[in-house]
Amino acid sequence: MANTVLILVGTRKGAFVLESDAARKEWSLRGPFCETWPMNHVVGDPATGTIYAGGGNEWFGPAVWRSDDAGRSWSHSSQGLAYPEGETPVRAVWSLGLRNGSLYAGVEPAGLFESRDGGKSFSHVAGLREHPSRPEWQAGAGGLILHSMVLDPDDHDRIWVAISAAGVFHSADGGRSWEPRNSGTRCDFLPEDQRYPEFGQCVHCLVRAAGSSGRLYQQNHCGMYRSDDAARNWRSIEAGLPSTFGFPAAAHPRDENTLFLAPLNGDTAGRFMPEGKAAVWRTRDGGETWQDLRAGLPQHNAYLSVLRQALATDTLEPAGVYMGTTSGELYASADEGESWTQVASHLPGILSVETLARPG
Amino acid sequence: MTGSVQVRLPALVATMFPDAPRLLAVEASTVAEMMDRLDAQWPGLKDCFCDSRPAIRRHINVFVAGRRVGLDATLPPGADVYVLTAISGG
Repeated sequence: MANTVLILVGTRKGAFVLESDAARKEWSLRGPFCETWPMNHVVGDPATGTIYAGGGNEWFGPAVWRSDDAGRSWSHSSQGLAYPEGETPVRAVWSLGLRNGSLYAGVEPAGLFESRDGGKSFSHVAGLREHPSRPEWQAGAGGLILHSMVLDPDDHDRIWVAISAAGVFHSADGGRSWEPRNSGTRCDFLPEDQRYPEFGQCVHCLVRAAGSSGRLYQQNHCGMYRSDDAARNWRSIEAGLPSTFGFPAAAHPRDENTLFLAPLNGDTAGRFMPEGKAAVWRTRDGGETWQDLRAGLPQHNAYLSVLRQALATDTLEPAGVYMGTTSGELYASADEGESWTQVASHLPGILSVETLARPG
Repeated sequence: MTGSVQVRLPALVATMFPDAPRLLAVEASTVAEMMDRLDAQWPGLKDCFCDSRPAIRRHINVFVAGRRVGLDATLPPGADVYVLTAISGG
């Protein structure tokens, strides 16, 4: 039973931590942390309470920061977060993932690193960049970033990563070898007869559904998709959404059929919430139908944007849902999206939102 | 020949490495060697100033005798070395 819930917020100028009890009605905020470095992703280890923050600084390069006291003090390391001499250097850490004692870091330019000592040092999972498609990987507007990773909690050799804009790749051998898994996801930005390539898709976010089925969801630059076969095949689930375009997706902690999205109005129309009215969209049936959730969210002149890692759920019952905007507002729902409250405003632009529930 | 040089570190380093002084003497004959010596005392400091090409990071400047220099620059004994953060941010 969780007694403390933390919202871990990565922003363009540091990490912030909000704290509440299980009711999730009153939140206190502390920060900015990490010396106001841009923090692309902040995650918590539910087993230990340790917080890790990944980012990069224009002066000092990439680093992973670590706090063992809920954000009150931090250490940092970049040891091993580097490609071989002569290659384009690692610019920033973009995504973090925890599994079985390992901390994984996805970086820009796209690559994967693993730490087995709690973020003190990292080693390159070199197999991904040895894939023959790598010279053809194209950067998206945010850079050539490895922004999403799915670590199979049951099979420790299985990893999926999402790279903008190279697509989804999968390894079944702990990262030694990889293959693209993009069948069925389209590239509207390519000539009509080339819109379903093997790789090169502009995947925006990849998440794993709850439960043991291994279902995956992805929000793509060009549509919303679901896979029930470990990403071998994807099928569109965008019917009923206001737009095929958005950045984040957040899975329900227990129900594989429930997913939350924050669709925007399209890639050439400002990338705002449609019509300036904020909404989170939810499916309860694996993407067959969608419902807009607006209670408590601004419905007038709300030209909000939500980035790929800035929508999250917690593990409580009912599940909490949290959304951070590029304009520095943080919204929270303690009832699976039915109603929302603004719990922070005037923060630096929000890059990521995650949660950590703790018994203490 | 290796001699001692005076190294001035940027103020921001104090936030990352609280026990590092702003001004210190280092035994080094090149900038690269100076970075290695700094890193030996404060592990991770070299990573903050240098990337894996290897080169001094794009927004870090090292000046010796009024000139911006790279890792291979030689340091005469007694040289004053300034490590500075460039204008950057938003």
